Amino acid sequence: MPPGPRPVPQLEQINAEIFTLTYGSIVRQLIADFEDLDEVNKQLEKMGYNIGVRLVDEFLAKSKQGRCSSFREAAEVVARQALPMFLNVSAAVTNWSADGTECSLVLTDNPLADFVELPDEYRSLRYSNLLPGVIRGGLEMVNMEVDCRFVQDMLKGADCYELRLRLKEHKDEQYPFKDDD
Amino acid sequence: MSRAVPSKHALNIIDRPIARNKLDIPTVSLSAFAYLFSELISYAMDRAASITELEDRLDRVGYDVGCRMLELLSYREKATRRKPEILDMLKHIHSAAWPYMFGKTADDLQQANAADDEYMISDNDLLLGRFISIPKSYSSFVPGSLVAGIVRGMLDSAGFPARVSAHFVEQPSSSKPTTTILIKFDASVMQRQAALDAAKRG
Repeated sequence: MPPGPRPVPQLEQINAEIFTLTYGSIVRQLIADFEDLDEVNKQLEKMGYNIGVRLVDEFLAKSKQGRCSSFREAAEVVARQALPMFLNVSAAVTNWSADGTECSLVLTDNPLADFVELPDEYRSLRYSNLLPGVIRGGLEMVNMEVDCRFVQDMLKGADCYELRLRLKEHKDEQYPFKDDD
Repeated sequence: MSRAVPSKHALNIIDRPIARNKLDIPTVSLSAFAYLFSELISYAMDRAASITELEDRLDRVGYDVGCRMLELLSYREKATRRKPEILDMLKHIHSAAWPYMFGKTADDLQQANAADDEYMISDNDLLLGRFISIPKSYSSFVPGSLVAGIVRGMLDSAGFPARVSAHFVEQPSSSKPTTTILIKFDASVMQRQAALDAAKRG
């Protein structure tokens, strides 16, 4: 199968604004519950992780994507297939590190943060922290342990959304049971 | 390389374009929203001690969404007058808000027989609840509570304080229960409505 851009399967769509508003409402609830912005960041990432763990199943089933042979390919798949499929945004993969274990995913549009303005006292809040969690959860299910964070956030004045994706290790396939039981 | 379109996030929030046309509204996949909703329920379940508290949390999240949604809808509709009549507002929710959120109008809008300050909006197949199965231990939980919160937010910002709740109604003809949003208006709203009716007649 020649590698190349595959057509992105079209999933059933729903209005993005209700998605954006619901996400905003959830973030507001979290801030009211926790009061400490670091905790909120962690909680958002954790929620994203839970989503990612299940999302990768749907992604693999619907896109019929085969096994990725390398981290490089995996990053491309995330940016070119997964993000457009679920969120209708596309990302570019840039800034590869010398040994190929780190890269940046650059997004110009982020539906999670559409009607949002971040006031000064919430500067340490990572508003879209759900997204790195989803990527981390999804990649962990295909045995790539990664660390994913936002390094540029348009809500804080940068000119794009940049996620830094770093491969920590390839894990071996885990069997769910022991042979000698 | 295609011409780079400046991202709308680069503009000041007040200058950002909002889609005016119904066709321009951006969409995301239903799965994304379903995942977000399920995480919300999961989080709320952790923090809530009972089913009522769980529904309360969903209601509060929906309330915020509803307040803002009313503004967006009114902006698009280019409506220049507010709707002081109850029935107008309910029809607006039934025929404008529902298609905006779920792509189809609500299935039914009725007034309750017993009381004249109670109205019901029904939906036979709530989009949000499609991927949710409810275990026996949570049998009284209705995922439509989020929608009830949205409706409550919309009514409140339009000036109709009300108590809104969501219920499942078993249907004999289909295996799936219908979600019914029960709206009970405050006494102040009924008085205002009575005054409006009297002014129309007199």
